[in-house]
Amino acid sequence: MSSSTAVADLPAPSSGSSVNYLNATYGIKSWLLTTDHKRIALLYLTSITFMFLVGGVAATLIRIHLIEPQGALFEPETYNKMFTIHGVVMVFFFLIPSIPAVLGNFLVPMMIGARDVAFPRLNLLSWYLYITGSLLILYTIMAGGLDTGWTFYEPYSSAYSHTHVVAAIFGIFINGFSSILTGVNFIVTIHKMRAPGMTWFRMPLFLWSLYATSVIFILGTPVVAITLFLVALERIFRVGIFDPALGGDPILFQHLFWFYSHPAVYIMILPGMGVISELITCFSKKKIFGYEFVAFSSMAIAVISFLVWGHHMFVSGQSVYAGLIFSVLSFAVAIPSAVKVFNWTATLYRGSISYAAPMLYALGFIGLFTMGGLTGLFLASLAEDVHVNNTYFVVAHFHYIMVGGAVMAYLGGIHYWWPKITGRLYPDGWARLAAAVIFIGFNLTFFPQFVMGYLGMPRRYAVYPSEFQVLNVMSSAGASILAVGYVIPLIYLIWSMRYGPVSGPNPWGATGLEWQTTSPPPTENFEEIPVVTEEPYNYPGIEVPTRG
Amino acid sequence: MAAPSPGTHTRPADVSHQFETKEQQREAGTLGMWLFLATEILFFGGLFCGFIVYRSLHGRAFELGSRLLEVRFGAINTAVLICSSLTMVLAIYSAQTGKSKGRIITFLALTMLLGLTFLGVKLYFEWYHDYLEHIVPGFGFLNRPEWGSLSPEVEMFMVFYFFLTGLHALHMVVGIGILSVLSVMAARGRFGPRYFAPLDISGLYWHFVDIIWIYLFPLLYLLGGRYSLRGH
Amino acid sequence: MAGQEHEHLIPLKVYFAVFAALILLTVATASIAYVDLGGAFNSVVALAIAVTKMMLVVLFFMHVKYSSGMTRIVLFAGVFWLAILVTLTLADELTRGWTPGGAAWNPSVLLPLLFHLR
Repeated sequence: MSSSTAVADLPAPSSGSSVNYLNATYGIKSWLLTTDHKRIALLYLTSITFMFLVGGVAATLIRIHLIEPQGALFEPETYNKMFTIHGVVMVFFFLIPSIPAVLGNFLVPMMIGARDVAFPRLNLLSWYLYITGSLLILYTIMAGGLDTGWTFYEPYSSAYSHTHVVAAIFGIFINGFSSILTGVNFIVTIHKMRAPGMTWFRMPLFLWSLYATSVIFILGTPVVAITLFLVALERIFRVGIFDPALGGDPILFQHLFWFYSHPAVYIMILPGMGVISELITCFSKKKIFGYEFVAFSSMAIAVISFLVWGHHMFVSGQSVYAGLIFSVLSFAVAIPSAVKVFNWTATLYRGSISYAAPMLYALGFIGLFTMGGLTGLFLASLAEDVHVNNTYFVVAHFHYIMVGGAVMAYLGGIHYWWPKITGRLYPDGWARLAAAVIFIGFNLTFFPQFVMGYLGMPRRYAVYPSEFQVLNVMSSAGASILAVGYVIPLIYLIWSMRYGPVSGPNPWGATGLEWQTTSPPPTENFEEIPVVTEEPYNYPGIEVPTRG
Repeated sequence: MAAPSPGTHTRPADVSHQFETKEQQREAGTLGMWLFLATEILFFGGLFCGFIVYRSLHGRAFELGSRLLEVRFGAINTAVLICSSLTMVLAIYSAQTGKSKGRIITFLALTMLLGLTFLGVKLYFEWYHDYLEHIVPGFGFLNRPEWGSLSPEVEMFMVFYFFLTGLHALHMVVGIGILSVLSVMAARGRFGPRYFAPLDISGLYWHFVDIIWIYLFPLLYLLGGRYSLRGH
Repeated sequence: MAGQEHEHLIPLKVYFAVFAALILLTVATASIAYVDLGGAFNSVVALAIAVTKMMLVVLFFMHVKYSSGMTRIVLFAGVFWLAILVTLTLADELTRGWTPGGAAWNPSVLLPLLFHLR
């Protein structure tokens, strides 16, 4: 075998354990044909980071364009392609896979005390499906783009758009199977492969959140798959299914599309919430407040998320009676999320708090997710939504959750488990600086968007009235700061893989089975399968000072 | 689940490294297949949902469309698939009770043959003849005067007919492929009372495809009845 | 031990009985279609027979009758979620015309309007 590694050259670990999953075998085939869940996680990490950059470039171009009321860069047709690609790439190729495919794949077997997932070859197939889907999207971009919006509304997407709809749809369709296989793997692994003594209520909450996410993968993804497939068939065979001229109903498309795409947003946030539970407990050195409530709230979110999709369609022509039902249910879905926020806060209370970079991301998450979630309630109320639907208020709402929430949770998780994954520590000073820059940049980018949306600026428009220019310029300035914030970790994390100090098995003093094996772990994860006897988050109690 | 003993690596030869016991491996495989079948319920379900919505809104046109299909072929095909489900369980039964590999292969081959019969009837007697009669949307579909203003919705029915039965046929083709792989494994003497999980799990898939057709037959061919149309 | 799925061997005569029932139900459903029961009731009968056939295949051929609770939960979830999709979608589609001035689902009104868009 050749001695080159696919990952950046790693020097042999200095002392202690010598063989781990990174250096056990060498050569490109040992990575591209691996069935080791940890290596597959790294394959995903590389490809997902690349797709994040692709989506990020689109975002950058959008924000530059919107500095001018008449648009600084693009013709409107090209602008339509920019926000479409940004949406498609970020939703399907970054947010949905990110935490499950990278952190989930790495950690699920380790956290339950297993040697691998239930179906390791399906796991590798999942990655290849992701790559195939990504290549189709990259082809779509290079061949001229897509302008339907990531939502593919009918009949524009089937009858009128002249862009590469079919290629994009097949990319998303194939990627959907990647998600489905990941979901199957996680559910079977968690049901059937827990170590002795690892009961359901001794599992880390990250696993509960991934289990709930996997339920959504399985029950939701197939519906959007068949729906987009129908759009592709409409285009290929020139028949109408959602075409009003042929008796079809474009709103039926929206029902089928949002049946998945609303739960999809919970696919994007639930794993992040799981990460936050891990971070808050570790960096308060305290066990989670209300473990069962947090665990069941994940399941409740997974179930209720399927009952609310019509809130995306209040002004589409949907019946008002259906709108009423969906509005009430949408208020209900906020409750389990609120339960989590209360429980995290109660965990912090009287904890022994430290402010390492992962904790900064976690604290930022709690604040920003709460803002995003509360503004969701504005949108859930029918009358309010008539005013703000399809404005930047919606854009700000979901970016608070997806960027202020999910991306920050992802970065927090990456930083937290980095020593376990790579065996290296990154420089905490730079990490904290980056977290702060991201927080500031994020708020400057997206808070003005709440204001401009409320004042009436529509979304997906290439031009806008000049009275919104100040807010747009603020938003674009914030975006440039945010971009810098994202680049900094890219630099020091890669740097740390070669030059960072070597990490021990448990640099954070955290509980959890993954911290009881070496950093990086051996290929088989554990020398011996552990036996679990303790409750999760079993941090030693904190002395509460008493008076008198 | 049998509790794996910590620290021991004495697992049987045909158990993959991530599992501790054969029982665990089989249960994992079965649960995995059921989860996949749940995704298939929703996959076909999207099409069923569209069909149900349009049937509710365009009942008349869908009845007209339904009458373009011939009940006898649908009924024959239903019987063919039911037979194939029987031969499939007999293949598994043969392995479970330690019968010869020849018997297992025979039942698998019969299942495949019945599957091919289904496809043959569908492709030739139904689809090809539909094409000749100009009722395949996108392939020379011609409106008939008796449909009047309902023509677009009648075409819509045929669109759903071809997508539903086409997707079903695709699943059958995959199923036949899986069965041929199983036949090869059976020929190598892989299956017996102690190991028949792949047969079992593939059987679940095959029965599921049968069940889809069990619904497609009444939905497409029989809904609203087949006696003469009331009204005009 | 949980999940004793194959400790239980279903006897051949059960399989053949189920097979016979399935064939009979197929003959029944095809024949009843030609009897005028009032169109809607024909559909109800046809679907009821389909559900019965499905239950026979699921319980016996797919041996869910002897399977673990988890299998049943997964199967139930799939069917139930499809029911959610259909029910809430129909809740919209069938109630559009209920509000005065609401977009009544009436192709003969909408089609001429749309005609000159094409």
